[in-house]
Amino acid sequence: MIAKPLRRNRGFAAALILFLVLFVVYHILHPRGFSTAVFIQNANETVAIAFVAMAQTIPVLIGGLDLSVGAVMTLTACLASYLVVGTPAQMIFGMFLTLLAGTTFGVMNGLIVVFGRIQPIIATLATGAIAMGLALLLRPTPGGDIDADLNWALTNSVFDFAETYGLADDGNAAWLQPFANIPVPLIILLVVAFGVWTPFKRTVTGRTLYAIGSAESAAKLSGLPVRRAKIAAFGLAGFFASCGGLYLAIQTSSGNADITQAGAYTLNSIAAVVLGGTSLLGGIGGAIGSLVGTGILRVISFYFRILSVDPLIQPLIEGLVLLAAVSLGALRTLRIKNKLEHFR
Amino acid sequence: MNTQFSVSPENKPIFIALGFTLVIILIGTGYTLITQGAAPMLMPSYLAQQLQIGAFLGVCAAGMMMVILLGHIDLSIPWTLTAAAMMATTVGGPWAIPAGLAVGLIVGLFNGLGVSVLRIPSMIFTLGVDTALRGLMVAHTGGFAPQTEATPLMRFLAADRVLGIPVALFVWAGVSIAIAGLLSRTGFGKAVYATGAKESAAFLSGIRTKWVSVGAFMISSLCAATAGILLAGYSAKAYQGMGNPYLLPAIAAVVLGGTHILGGRGRYIGTLIGVILIVFLNSVLSIMQMPEAVRQIIYGTVIIGMLLVYGRETTSRN
Amino acid sequence: MTKAKEEIVALRDVSRYFGGITALSGVDFTCHSASVHGILGENGAGKSTLIKILSGVLKPSAGEVLVEGRPVTYRSTAEAVRDGIVCVFQELSLIPDLSVADNIYIDTPPKRFGLIDRRAQRKQAVELLARLNASEVHPDTLIRDLSLSRRQIVEIAKALAKSPKLLILDEATSALTGKDVDTVYALLSDLRADGVASVFISHRMHEVDALCDRLSVFRNGQHIETFDKGERSDAEIVRLMIGREISAQYPPKPKRQPAPPALEVKNLRWENSLKGVNLKVKAGEIHGLGGLDGQGHKELLLAVFGALKGVEGEIKLHDKPFRPTSPAACKKAGLALIPEDRKTEGLMLNLSIRDNLLLPNYAAVSRGPIIDSRRADDAVRDGVTRLQIKAGDTANPVETLSGGNQQKVVIAKWMMLDPDIVLLNDPTRGIDVGTKQEIFRLMRELADAGKTILFYSTDYAELIGCCDRVSILYDGAVVTVLEGDALTEDAIVAASLNMHERGAA
Repeated sequence: MIAKPLRRNRGFAAALILFLVLFVVYHILHPRGFSTAVFIQNANETVAIAFVAMAQTIPVLIGGLDLSVGAVMTLTACLASYLVVGTPAQMIFGMFLTLLAGTTFGVMNGLIVVFGRIQPIIATLATGAIAMGLALLLRPTPGGDIDADLNWALTNSVFDFAETYGLADDGNAAWLQPFANIPVPLIILLVVAFGVWTPFKRTVTGRTLYAIGSAESAAKLSGLPVRRAKIAAFGLAGFFASCGGLYLAIQTSSGNADITQAGAYTLNSIAAVVLGGTSLLGGIGGAIGSLVGTGILRVISFYFRILSVDPLIQPLIEGLVLLAAVSLGALRTLRIKNKLEHFR
Repeated sequence: MNTQFSVSPENKPIFIALGFTLVIILIGTGYTLITQGAAPMLMPSYLAQQLQIGAFLGVCAAGMMMVILLGHIDLSIPWTLTAAAMMATTVGGPWAIPAGLAVGLIVGLFNGLGVSVLRIPSMIFTLGVDTALRGLMVAHTGGFAPQTEATPLMRFLAADRVLGIPVALFVWAGVSIAIAGLLSRTGFGKAVYATGAKESAAFLSGIRTKWVSVGAFMISSLCAATAGILLAGYSAKAYQGMGNPYLLPAIAAVVLGGTHILGGRGRYIGTLIGVILIVFLNSVLSIMQMPEAVRQIIYGTVIIGMLLVYGRETTSRN
Repeated sequence: MTKAKEEIVALRDVSRYFGGITALSGVDFTCHSASVHGILGENGAGKSTLIKILSGVLKPSAGEVLVEGRPVTYRSTAEAVRDGIVCVFQELSLIPDLSVADNIYIDTPPKRFGLIDRRAQRKQAVELLARLNASEVHPDTLIRDLSLSRRQIVEIAKALAKSPKLLILDEATSALTGKDVDTVYALLSDLRADGVASVFISHRMHEVDALCDRLSVFRNGQHIETFDKGERSDAEIVRLMIGREISAQYPPKPKRQPAPPALEVKNLRWENSLKGVNLKVKAGEIHGLGGLDGQGHKELLLAVFGALKGVEGEIKLHDKPFRPTSPAACKKAGLALIPEDRKTEGLMLNLSIRDNLLLPNYAAVSRGPIIDSRRADDAVRDGVTRLQIKAGDTANPVETLSGGNQQKVVIAKWMMLDPDIVLLNDPTRGIDVGTKQEIFRLMRELADAGKTILFYSTDYAELIGCCDRVSILYDGAVVTVLEGDALTEDAIVAASLNMHERGAA
């Protein structure tokens, strides 16, 4: 079942192998490698950008781009910093509202692209600015009062989660032990990814996304719900971005309307998507690949820490690694013998 | 020729952008008349100063337009600009400006080769180059702004005036004439449009599309370098992150000027007006002392609004 | 036996306008079940518009459409499909990055719990492909890995999966080769026996003759006549289509002196497509390339024109060795290529006619780097006149021209360079009869003037009518060269099959 997607998308297979190698070597080199604490730290530093990368994947699949994902993440984080407070019931409702807000913003993006007939890259450039403006209105300065327990529970292991909320015998129950050390952020990420994306991919709307990216005119001619799919694509992107924003807010216990950070998340999401085997031309790839791509990006930055790389040359290495990784994909291109195939 | 006044679809955005610019100036003037009883926006000195600052964006947008016409994008503008500025100030003396321009040429060549030989999507390749350049500059300067200053020539080009007109405007005008002329009156320019419209057909028509792409990227980076040199001259020094505020407005200016984001269509005069529009929008928002939050919202809304008015995109450019 | 014939679809006084252009005017047309109904007409006659209205892509501007006696207004193809009207379009509607099974059931896959059931989908695809005698097509293969002929079969399978009452085939056989053609012929007969109606549009007279029991001719947006098979001769039909007498279809072939080869290809090899092609084309001759589709014709032309990498073997121009490094280099050496797909390889559709014509030519109309607009205007005017391109303002985008005129622009832009050797990759596919004639005439003129023409066509009649000699390609190599009295349809067919059993197409 796993073999078929790997065989079909060589980019994804290559990315997965690269990630596993890098990740394992990192833990070998780390003084406290393969420990729960390090896994938790890795997971925490990856979740938000992973969600944003998943968000970016979907518009890329239809051959477009969403430059507002970082801004939507920031906006929803600021929103969450107000809403996810109070009693557990209020907090859960607050979370729901946050996700709804992000999804709605995404749907708005979709409507502008489909009915306004504006190219996604420029439409989301503009809506991203609007999202940032709204975020700044919400939180001119960073702040927020998110529940400390929630923060602790969601950024540590399953054991800590159970202990915080008095579940499974305060985390000591026997049936929980095999899972006790798994980082909760990782579970959240995987549950959302496989619980939302994977079934969606197997609906007609999901299939339509791939069709649009591969050959939009053929998709239309085949009677596929192209407009509905495009709106859904951006809506889903908004949803994943808001997952990232929600998590970020809980993780940092605050909302921070930082334009530079939003921009960095957006650009990094594009890199993660490409590294994960999704083609910028559309039609090939998937959100799971982008998780792997994010993993690769983050693991590389982890190396800086353990190898005590001079912080001054870290950005240079990040840039060179990105260029190298992307150029590796190009080696396949050099083997193309029919020059016309370059101009797909 | 038509006897009626009818506007071809290609020119419609240009007129709309022009109209909107006038509207912005009117709004700004109205605001200042009401609040201050004066109309500084209509003063030539004010206009000149705004346009002088706009020259930096204008030069960036001119280069960006070449690349967008090909159907590509150049995300390396911010740090090419900065690197050129830093190199120019570091080298100093008579070789300052050539050093800065050389940075542009080298980066542009690298971008062009990566995109047209390695066929790496320009979005991701230029992003990588931008990140690498940032890394290089951070390593080179130790994370601080370089201590060296801009040369007198650089300051002259950016900050001084000749006959009351900022020299920077002459530079911008020169770049504009060169690019506009290139696009409309040379075989190379026509090849750019053709390559952007349908690269496979251009290739089979005997156009060396590889070199057309390389040329366009070199022009784009050269323009970014020029803007960097000017900006360093204006501020008398180079500083970290000086190029960052120019990327998205450059793209916006090109698109608001009617150039199609997927390439193959657009006129330079449109980009010129797009830049002026953005410059005046910024300045009106400053005059009205809008907080950053509201500025961002208005900026985004204006872009969407204008693109909606421009009307339908043609269906899939396959 | 056939079921009772009823009217499946009827158009009453239907007209369709696009801006100022009348595509259809006052058309009365009916189509019955259990019949294969052929539609003939030049490009611009209204055939495309007709089928777009039948299949729900367009609404009529006036008049009404009746399906099984009921008036209908379709707002989408999905609505037409629901009534059993399914169209196989000329531009394929397949998604390259999805599998065969995915494509066949693309919008209505079998589902389980609301999600696509891939196993059931695959099973149904296998059954359907077997019915089409195409069992060797694996349901999981990606479309992009299939040949054009195979893709067309998948396209037809996709239409069949919708259980049509009326199947519309628009130029659906032009891409088919070998046994796939027979499969479709057999399919149409089977459908007729099952009571299904088929509407069949093709420019290939022999196919229409063979398959259809009713024929309708359209001209200039009007329905001219509908008659049963055999009621009209081919010549009469052509006259109905064009509205004027066509005396000779092909320009006469002069006797030529033996001449040295202008273009010589020795042992040309490339990947899996060219396996040692040997070819000698003389100056002043029209040399045809024949054979089944997919035997290397396209690759041969692209290789000679510098669009392929890793080509091995020798190429000689006028007896001097030549390495085609790129189309630009070949252009300089006096070669020209009229490519296979004018929309993606020949023209920049949104650019003006003028810009398309001048594109390879700027060096000739410029002073230094700057374009001389007067010389450019002259060149454009010459090009338009020479090829008799029917265009209004040359500043209009080239996509506003009809297919035949678009092709003329492609040819004209190369003619302006006065090339020595002209390569043509199936230039008459999907082109109306009138324009085809002009292209044949132009080729003969060029040959008479001493140019060298290498001409690939999928139409045997054209090869026989136009060419002085024909090289038949089979499996990436030339197996026979036919000329003079030996150049007959039987000989071409035999050589195309290389006298073996029909292999995989």
